[in-house]
Amino acid sequence: MRRTLLEGLKPPLTESAALLDDAELEALAAELKEGARARLGRGLSIRQVDAGSCNGCELEIVALSGAYYDLERFGLKFVASPRHADVLLVTGPVTRNMREALERTYAATPAPKWVVAAGACARDGHLFKGSYAVLGGVGEVVPVDLYIPGCPPSPRTLLKGLLALMRGPQPKA
Amino acid sequence: MESMNATSEDWKAATRRLAAGEARLVDLWGDDGAVCLALASPEIRVLRLACPDGAFPSLAAVHAPAIRLERALADLHGLRPDGAQDARPWLDHGRWGIEAPLGRAGPRATPQPPYPFRTADGPALHLISAGPVHAGTIEPGHFRFHASGETIVRLEARLGYTHKGVEGLMRGAAIETGARLVGRVSGDSTVAYAFAYARAIEAALGLEPPARAVWLRALAAEIERIANHVGDFGPICNDGGFALMHAHTGVWRERTLRVAEAAFGHRLMMDAIVPGGVAVDLAADAAQAIRAHVTALRPAIKRLTELYDKTASLLDRTVGAGTLSRELVERWGAGGYVGRASGRDFDARRDHPYPPYDSLRFEVPVRDKGDVDARVWMRILEIEQSLSLVEQLLDGLPEGPTRAEIAPAAGEGFALIEGFRGDVFVHVRLGPDGRLVCVRPRDPSWLQWPLLEAAIEGNIVADFPLCNKSFNGAYSGVDL
Repeated sequence: MRRTLLEGLKPPLTESAALLDDAELEALAAELKEGARARLGRGLSIRQVDAGSCNGCELEIVALSGAYYDLERFGLKFVASPRHADVLLVTGPVTRNMREALERTYAATPAPKWVVAAGACARDGHLFKGSYAVLGGVGEVVPVDLYIPGCPPSPRTLLKGLLALMRGPQPKA
Repeated sequence: MESMNATSEDWKAATRRLAAGEARLVDLWGDDGAVCLALASPEIRVLRLACPDGAFPSLAAVHAPAIRLERALADLHGLRPDGAQDARPWLDHGRWGIEAPLGRAGPRATPQPPYPFRTADGPALHLISAGPVHAGTIEPGHFRFHASGETIVRLEARLGYTHKGVEGLMRGAAIETGARLVGRVSGDSTVAYAFAYARAIEAALGLEPPARAVWLRALAAEIERIANHVGDFGPICNDGGFALMHAHTGVWRERTLRVAEAAFGHRLMMDAIVPGGVAVDLAADAAQAIRAHVTALRPAIKRLTELYDKTASLLDRTVGAGTLSRELVERWGAGGYVGRASGRDFDARRDHPYPPYDSLRFEVPVRDKGDVDARVWMRILEIEQSLSLVEQLLDGLPEGPTRAEIAPAAGEGFALIEGFRGDVFVHVRLGPDGRLVCVRPRDPSWLQWPLLEAAIEGNIVADFPLCNKSFNGAYSGVDL
């Protein structure tokens, strides 16, 4: 027990940041008009909103805080209130039953703010498109700045998306 | 497995047997102007009662575990439970623009009045409401606490926020589409749902999947159980103020998901199980990687269990918190760790055996304290069993094909599969063209959520996250 307490997680398990720097990140960054860093500096506070997901996306988002992905080393952190947030990370096809909650969460987030829609459902409703209970993608309710693809997106893809949001498009050489 | 067309008398007799505890409620749902009741005694059978005048004798009136199921079916199908005491809507929040979407599906006549929450009267009571958007990364739900100082007098949950209309989307869909949809009823149980759906379709069509596929399904199911149990163990401790456990279990969950991806091509193993077999065979070298993972995880869990069991400040939070009585879990037929932590000795893998579990050795651990600590121990003990099952599955994995052809035809079938949360029930009805007429997936949490409201009474508000996480009820799974 003493060993478990004192040794902790050895060796360091965190993935190299260099592994995340690739074409996928560039492609995501290119979707943006402007990176968040230009407006806010190095730190971004993220409020996650499940607007109707199956919880698959949440499982992978939770993994971002673990030792392997450790998103706080990039200046990214999850916050408990939209009033503290710069970014809403929204998942799910937006259900009609969650519409008002999403709108109110967005309204409670101070500007400047960004909305990242994570997962195939958040883009266009995915398999739930056309249901009487579903509005479709997140963009049907609040303006979306960036989509992160996947069903669900892997933690690595999520991390790349959030880094792309900070960086924004690279100036053309 | 045809359901039995019941008369009103048959129906009432069945409700009396449920109320008397002679049979166990498995599910209650609507299907094309009829209500269907699955009950076990111990074999499962399905009664179907046509409701030509739009009403049926309420089951909830005599058997409380049916209350939410009945309210949900009334919302979706517009069928009226005669004699029901709680006639409030459940899934219908008045926001769909239509009423009875799976029934007459007509425009809503009058706006829905504000939801009449339960109240509690007494001196110095105050009300705390939380959600649907919570402080952490969890699914949306609304909770109302009446508290006297710090002590919870009454908790009432309101769910339905993630209702996506899954049963509606299933109608008329192809079998393959149904498999993808059912795998997204609750993402954390995607394997269990796909497994239950595949077996239900195969039962309807009289189809036997190849042996290798059957074993691979169980392998995926046990890896899913391990990933979720490991993933619950740490966060429960975290909600008790012990973050270190979360850090450790987070690493082991991640490693488990990476092994799942190496084996089945997807971290959560979505769409791996399909009617007729499995969509992916085990990747080369995957067996080796899974064995290495099992060998490393077993001693790690042992060390973390020791840490849990010797950390007095953590046990001070978990022991005696959120105690749920045996009487309630038996009456509700609550499955999974919630039932077993309170002494209900039930596991679908053993009690409604399906291959390959009928040829595997495993124990069903049971505890009797019914508190958060007992639910933590259920996870620990079940991880141990699943690790042994994974080894047995790799040792005995048959060679051969992994998928049988499906010849679409009319039919009806159901299956009960033990997911990590408890028994997942899926009932399917296929039309003559082989398309889905009605698919009903029932999450184990239907029969667990109401018990959280009982378990929390008399606990302090600050222990709610801890108790809630120890239940880990599905939101999307019950909102459908």
